[in-house]
Amino acid sequence: MASLISCPHCGTRAKEEFFIRGDATPVRPAPMAGDDMWNDYVHVRANPRGRIREYWQHVAGCRRWLVVERDNFTHEVFSVSDAAAGRGGER
Amino acid sequence: MTAYRLATGGLVDRSHAVRFSFDGAAFTGHAGDTLASALIANDRLLVARSFKYHRPRGIVTAGPSEPNALVTIGTGERRDPNTKATVAELYDGLEAVSQNRWPSLAYDIGAVNDLMSRFLSAGFYYKTFMWPAAFWEKVYEPLIRRAAGLGRTSLPRDPDSYEKSWAHCDLLVVGSGPAGLAAALTAARSGLRVLLAEQDFVLGGALLAETTKLDGEASYVFARRAIDELQNHANVTLLPRTTVFGWYDDNVFGAVERVQKHGVTIDPGKPVERLWRIVAKHAILATGAEERPLVFGGNDRPGILTASAVSTYANRFGVVAGKSVAVFTNGASGYRTAQDLVAHGIEVAALIDSRADAAESAPAGVRLVRGGSVVDTKGRQRVRAVVTDRGGFEELIACDAVAMSGGWSPVIHLACQRGGKPVWSEALQAFLALEVGAGLVTAGAAAGHYRLSECFEDGARKASAIVESLGRPVAGFERPSIGEEIDPSFTALWHVPGAKSKAFVDFQNDVHTKDLGLAVREGFGHVEHAKRYTTGGMATDQGKLGNINAIGILATMRGVSPADVGTTTFRPFYTPVSFGALAGTSVGEHNMPTRRSPLHGWAARNGAVFIDAGLWYRSSWFPKVGEKNWRESVDREVRNVRENAGLCDVSTLGKIEVFGPDAAEFLNRLYCNPVLKLPVGKARYGLMLREDGMVYDDGTVSRLAEEHFLVTTTTALAGGVLSHIEFAAQVLWPELRVRFLSVSDQWAQMSIAGPKARAILQAVVEDDLSPAAFPFLAAREVRLKGNLKARLFRISFSGELAYELAVPAGYGEAVADALMRAGQPHGLCAYGVEALNVLRIEKGHVTHAELDGRVTPDDAGLGRMMGSAKPDFIGKRLSTRFGLTAADRAQLVGLRALEADKDMRAGAHLLKDGAKPSTLNDQGWVSSACFSPTLGSHIALGFLKSGRERYGEKILVWDQLRGVEAMAEVCDPVFVDPENRKLMA
Repeated sequence: MASLISCPHCGTRAKEEFFIRGDATPVRPAPMAGDDMWNDYVHVRANPRGRIREYWQHVAGCRRWLVVERDNFTHEVFSVSDAAAGRGGER
Repeated sequence: MTAYRLATGGLVDRSHAVRFSFDGAAFTGHAGDTLASALIANDRLLVARSFKYHRPRGIVTAGPSEPNALVTIGTGERRDPNTKATVAELYDGLEAVSQNRWPSLAYDIGAVNDLMSRFLSAGFYYKTFMWPAAFWEKVYEPLIRRAAGLGRTSLPRDPDSYEKSWAHCDLLVVGSGPAGLAAALTAARSGLRVLLAEQDFVLGGALLAETTKLDGEASYVFARRAIDELQNHANVTLLPRTTVFGWYDDNVFGAVERVQKHGVTIDPGKPVERLWRIVAKHAILATGAEERPLVFGGNDRPGILTASAVSTYANRFGVVAGKSVAVFTNGASGYRTAQDLVAHGIEVAALIDSRADAAESAPAGVRLVRGGSVVDTKGRQRVRAVVTDRGGFEELIACDAVAMSGGWSPVIHLACQRGGKPVWSEALQAFLALEVGAGLVTAGAAAGHYRLSECFEDGARKASAIVESLGRPVAGFERPSIGEEIDPSFTALWHVPGAKSKAFVDFQNDVHTKDLGLAVREGFGHVEHAKRYTTGGMATDQGKLGNINAIGILATMRGVSPADVGTTTFRPFYTPVSFGALAGTSVGEHNMPTRRSPLHGWAARNGAVFIDAGLWYRSSWFPKVGEKNWRESVDREVRNVRENAGLCDVSTLGKIEVFGPDAAEFLNRLYCNPVLKLPVGKARYGLMLREDGMVYDDGTVSRLAEEHFLVTTTTALAGGVLSHIEFAAQVLWPELRVRFLSVSDQWAQMSIAGPKARAILQAVVEDDLSPAAFPFLAAREVRLKGNLKARLFRISFSGELAYELAVPAGYGEAVADALMRAGQPHGLCAYGVEALNVLRIEKGHVTHAELDGRVTPDDAGLGRMMGSAKPDFIGKRLSTRFGLTAADRAQLVGLRALEADKDMRAGAHLLKDGAKPSTLNDQGWVSSACFSPTLGSHIALGFLKSGRERYGEKILVWDQLRGVEAMAEVCDPVFVDPENRKLMA
């Protein structure tokens, strides 16, 4: 676990300012997508060793949801970006 | 008297006497002493009894790796157990006592363990205290804990304060010896922000005990000058008395500063300890090297110290442990200590060198025994002689202290805390921390550079590289000219063969060579297994002194290199850190904020009894004179609401404003019920699901304007729902134009409920509140008399005619007081959350007691709310799963007790009448229960298999925890006014 996270909006902050939701890989399926896709989205998670992407919210800062890409073995953080970036949303 | 203070020498202030006590006896030391040096000056070498065998033990080291000299310092609530006397700064009035002895240090009953030691070998506990299993917790463990012990903590509350602080720097230097000073000076002169942390109370490290001249002057003079210069750099922070205990991700270091641990008088305005979190771009570990003890028979007797400790006590503190000191060494360091002793005029009984071919020569007049070893020692509570062996020739040499030198180990603990493995150096016969991470490098002796000149040069070189990497010009550091320096090379000697008595490897946990042999024989030769099997390295010193010898001995026994044995895992903390420092200011009521409702003052004026409810401090009930218990108050409040009216503080509900052109569409996807067509000026009950189809939270949605909504959440999930909403808006549907604002704290909100609520409220509100003008579920801004703008919602949790009135938080108390006055002729009473709970159970309304994460809207009887025609909402897709729509799911029901004297409680199981009480026959559970003053009986809400089909059935409510079995009748969960006549009045 990193000690510091560089929020793209607020700068480098202590990890205690953030709330971690979990895996950022699953994408919410279309409302009428099949049972398997929805089951995977809601219940099934890979548990990889190494590089992972996670949703972190800067709850004690800008309150934006971020995607933290990090290595859960070496604890290296590769990138921190706004979760809405590249998804058509405003940042 | 054999240990004593020298007439001259040392850095202590001889003009400043310091009085202290040890085990009740009064002593005197000097300013600048540690407790250990002052005890040696007073010939108190016996300071402790060992953990397991209760053997007499004395001071071994002069620093933080001390295994033996653990004492309790302070009295009463300021009693600190297990404090190392070797780093405890002496102060006037210090009171110390020894540990793990009874009745006294000199006569300790527990010493009988030593005679029984052949029954107390490694693994003894594992083998002996196995049967019967139930005995472990109640008999064996308490006995062992009493017999084998450390100091006891104080039970009263700690009266002192602690704090936490962040620090940021370009370079953190850990250690202020020659390498640390050279590094700090180089970086400081180059303009870097430097933080220099030193665990000692005096800066200078090894230079304080060094006899070599630097630039023609005493080495401590050089150190002082360097520190003066550092102090004058605005970009340098010096932190003496600060132990860096941990290295964490992103080059963040944990350190504890002992701000006021060196005096009797505590300034209450300052913390006694400060926990630092240091964010360092770079760090240099200049923590020096640790001298190894030698493992020979009887090596644990008081009076046997490491050679460097003997030198440090003589050179820095001006004290010596004996008048005739035997030196046992496997390298050059023993010669240096012999030289120091001779220089102070102390007799060296013999210099015993395990190497037959050593090149060094002994100081003039000192007898040198080359190729010899110590195989035993004599004496009881202190050493009186050593038995040497050379080629089978044994000799008894009288002495009153022994200086032992087993070579050197770089102190690399911090550098290995983040997974970097130590690397064995064959040349140095030691483990080094190489390339452990870009943010930290070791320098000087910590990097295996033992010579003084190398220490200075290595520190400066490592700092220069950091300055360059930061793109700054390097300002030079010229190392001082060095008088005479030694190369402390040695030939590894892991243990001395032919020991005549126990040869200790780990002093603190009483592990000796035979224990390690047993571990290897019994298949526990792996270093991590041997550690657990023998407990070597598991004491409070974590094997700082003994582990390296244990590794060497295991390697010898297994016939491999120490490189193949490896080390055990290094973890924070380097030395123990007090719980006070870790807790900081988060103590007692300061552990979390006290969150008071804006109506707190109103509630207090009306005599509320308060309770902690999650983050909040809420009014629970409002007792009146003559009421004997809470139930009487709550029953009265409930009756009064049903007959007249009541006012309840509901400010703690989460309140979130939602704005934007897509606000309605967004909320329509967030709630399972339709929101899109909610008219302006109306409120609606709303249910949020999780994606798995279970209910997440409930509340109300009010449309204040076309693109402006106010949603409420339950008190408990106010924070969680806000995050959930933000996730949906930012991650799931970032294309929707919608914004949020939490206004939970901005509004005081009160519920006015009861048949007379309208009349009371109309006295305060300008707007027309007639049923036609302000019908059920109306929600809009109103104007109060006196022109204050407020928000009024006609919603009801109690089932009565009810309103919730929200006013800006600062006006809350005044408005509540005005309502109480207006309500007096109508019999208005204040009611608390207990009555609120009874009222809602009577009306069959759910809370998180029902919505516990396993419940679908249909389970809760709210299935009709589901907006199945909506194209999408959170939880829609999985809510139609077979398992969530099965007919035998547990459904919300009411339960009416059939026996007046038996109540029901949440958590009880529901069983068929006549079924054997067992979870195998489980049919459901009670979620909420109360006494209903309206019905005059105990009632409950619960979940029962196919419950809605079973109204009228008699059922057993089984509460195994309290041993209660009660019969109840299953009924509709709405006990009061099922036709909603009162609600719509």
